Amino acid sequence: MILLSITENIHNWLFSIMPEGVASIVEMVLIAVVYLTIFAVAGLFLVLLERRVAAWFQLRIGPNRVGFQGLLQTMADAIKLLTKELTGTERADKFLYNLAPYFVIISALMALAVIPFTKEFHAFDINIGIFFLIAISSIGVIGILLGGWSSNNKFALIGAMRSGVQTISYELSVGLSLLTMVVITGTLQLSEIIEFQKNGWLIVQGHIPAIIAFMVFMISGTAETNRAPFDMVEAESELGAGFHTEYSGMKFAYFFLAEFINMFIIAAIATTMFFGGWLSPFGITESIPWLGVFWFLAKTMGLVFLMMWFRWTFPRLRVDQLLTLEWKYLLPINLVNMVVMALIVWLNLTIRF
Amino acid sequence: MSYFSDIYKGIKTLLTGMSVTGKYFLTSRKGAITQQYPDNRDTLKMFDRFRGEVIMPHDENNEHRCTGCQKCEIACPNGTIEIIWDRGIDEVTGKKKKKIDQFVYHLSMCTMCGLCIDVCPTDAIEWGQNFENSVYDRSALTRVLNKPGSKLMPGVED
Repeated sequence: MILLSITENIHNWLFSIMPEGVASIVEMVLIAVVYLTIFAVAGLFLVLLERRVAAWFQLRIGPNRVGFQGLLQTMADAIKLLTKELTGTERADKFLYNLAPYFVIISALMALAVIPFTKEFHAFDINIGIFFLIAISSIGVIGILLGGWSSNNKFALIGAMRSGVQTISYELSVGLSLLTMVVITGTLQLSEIIEFQKNGWLIVQGHIPAIIAFMVFMISGTAETNRAPFDMVEAESELGAGFHTEYSGMKFAYFFLAEFINMFIIAAIATTMFFGGWLSPFGITESIPWLGVFWFLAKTMGLVFLMMWFRWTFPRLRVDQLLTLEWKYLLPINLVNMVVMALIVWLNLTIRF
Repeated sequence: MSYFSDIYKGIKTLLTGMSVTGKYFLTSRKGAITQQYPDNRDTLKMFDRFRGEVIMPHDENNEHRCTGCQKCEIACPNGTIEIIWDRGIDEVTGKKKKKIDQFVYHLSMCTMCGLCIDVCPTDAIEWGQNFENSVYDRSALTRVLNKPGSKLMPGVED
């Protein structure tokens, strides 16, 4: 309610003091600024979370000096990166080299725009939401490919090519596992998908095939964000730093932040598609709509933690193992799973409350 | 049907691995091996096998166990140890006998390989756990390990 009234008031006030066209442009700029802030804050917070969680998994303590429990550590790191020199290689393709970080960042931001944080906090409720997300999330790889190609470095090129292979393969599984859930909902619009889950989260409604789809989605989603155990793209022990070997300062920070935001996006999509988005469990806080943000973030953080958990458990896959996993296991499982899901929906075997 | 058993085994081993790391995550606060060094300087105790520097322990009568055999000086690959020795008269037997005057140890040249300690027949030198070795003057790293006025512990040579 609070959120709704604030945005409504700003909307009305803007339209009352200036002509309609100008007001809508100002509104768009405001929303963009809000989302950029979310992007920066969430990215920095996730980096800190990753470092603390990684430390705990390895029986260390992690950053705990800057601010309370190290809360300002990543902020300080970002400021340090801002002041660093932007180096580049000789005979790099300067235009593409400078363009690449923005591709990665912009695709991450565009995906962030369609994610429903809560009922009123949803910038772009497009009617092909899931399709848009699948399409956008694979555009980020263009930035990685450009960065690797243009920086005139062997390691960067190998990393970028691996990223291309990986994303093209795993895109199929991400798409198919989400389509499996769309079979139940019958709509691609994210707000309607969440409305549909008021009768039980989709992972409960779809029971067995939904759980399989969730597992496939988490595996392929991790692969798509190029995180360990699928971090063939960076592979510190093999490729230096992979596609961003030649990037320094803020350009490197863009890649770094975008990686973490992509992780957040994958977790947010999983929350929306499987765990009811901003809906509270059993509708316990249905009377207080603004708590939706809290539930959404809590569920997303849970899934982000899951991704960190298997990042710090499993060793990196080889390229051939990576492709075997996708083409021989995930894809056939996914296709069969989709038929099973269609049968379940057709025979009305879904669980509803 | 190895295809399905592969999937089953894969999921099972993944879950086993995650349970192991999960347990570590839950107990990490108690079992953290990180030492927050300058804060816990008073209570920090290095573990026994830590190689900080070579020391020569003396007992309460200011007696050490070094006979001056110079095996450590020969074993040292860097010339870290220098033994300045002398001949003295043994009070009990009245014979001339080798004894150390100064056991000079150049910490700045030591690589902590431990050959001197391995080779010592009388266990006169051993590892110390001190690790705060930074000094402002390099000459402070050259140490005389035997304390002034110390002598050989009786019975070591027998």
